Amino acid sequence: MMRLILAALALFAAPIVSQSVYAQQAMPPAPYAYVQLEDPALEAEAAALMETLRCLKCQSQSINDSDAPMAGDMRHQVRSRILAGESPAQIRSWLVERYGDYVSYEPEVSSTTWPLFAIPLLLLCVVGLVLLRRLGKRRSDGPVSGEAS
Amino acid sequence: MRPIYLIPLALFLFFAGVAGYQLTQPKMQTIPSQMIEEPLPEFSLAPALENMPGASRSDFIGGEPRLLNIWASWCLPCIAEAPHLERLKEEGVEIIGIAVRDRPEAVADFLNRYGNPYTRVGADDISALMLEIGASGVPETYVIDAQGNIRYQHIGDVRANTVPLLLEQLENAR
Repeated sequence: MMRLILAALALFAAPIVSQSVYAQQAMPPAPYAYVQLEDPALEAEAAALMETLRCLKCQSQSINDSDAPMAGDMRHQVRSRILAGESPAQIRSWLVERYGDYVSYEPEVSSTTWPLFAIPLLLLCVVGLVLLRRLGKRRSDGPVSGEAS
Repeated sequence: MRPIYLIPLALFLFFAGVAGYQLTQPKMQTIPSQMIEEPLPEFSLAPALENMPGASRSDFIGGEPRLLNIWASWCLPCIAEAPHLERLKEEGVEIIGIAVRDRPEAVADFLNRYGNPYTRVGADDISALMLEIGASGVPETYVIDAQGNIRYQHIGDVRANTVPLLLEQLENAR
């Protein structure tokens, strides 16, 4: 029964989905969505940046990995801006100004993320202190030859 | 056992608890634009269909606050919001449309079918304006004041209960 309902739903949904996808794809993609830059050095720069920019329409994919039309439009922006002489950092901050940290996969220290960077350092300090105390204690207790602790 | 040895376990349970709680929460679906209270960037888009003008930043300057509606003929929720945009138009609101990745025939067909609440429709073939104003999907509706500043963003289709909200935001933007 369940299978029948699912099959019926799929039958109805399929034309709707394919129709809307078709209509979006009927438009030619942006010039630099699927075309690499001629200069390999600039293309490498663009590709490295695109790998660390988050697709806004898909789950946890970079714009480099996604075939969503909007990801293609974002790749076009990245490539044409690189070609126009902008630096990857400028392009990233242009996007972050518009979409917030969500759009960037590059971790950055900010007022909300600093604990992520501070806590590991703090833990390392604690470990160092504990080790120092223990080792220091042993040394002052004398050699621990063959002692099972 | 000294209680101090329980601290790592307590920490672990705390983090496991937070992770478990977050897993039960729905995924964040909307990415709000950071451009609210910022000036609308300079843009100029060609007409999306033959018998209507395109859209540019200067079309928002002067007079009353306006709505900027991002839509597309291939977007299903845009069909649902059409009658509510019509109501806003009847209330005297000027709505400037931006058709995203759309063909002129499809735009004309959509407006014939579901009504045309727009005074202008610009064609955003490569999501250039969307990216400029921090829009992440279709449809989205923005309140732009007469000085050309973005004042409010509504993500998703305009529903019956969004209409008074938008009217209020337009009033605030005066």
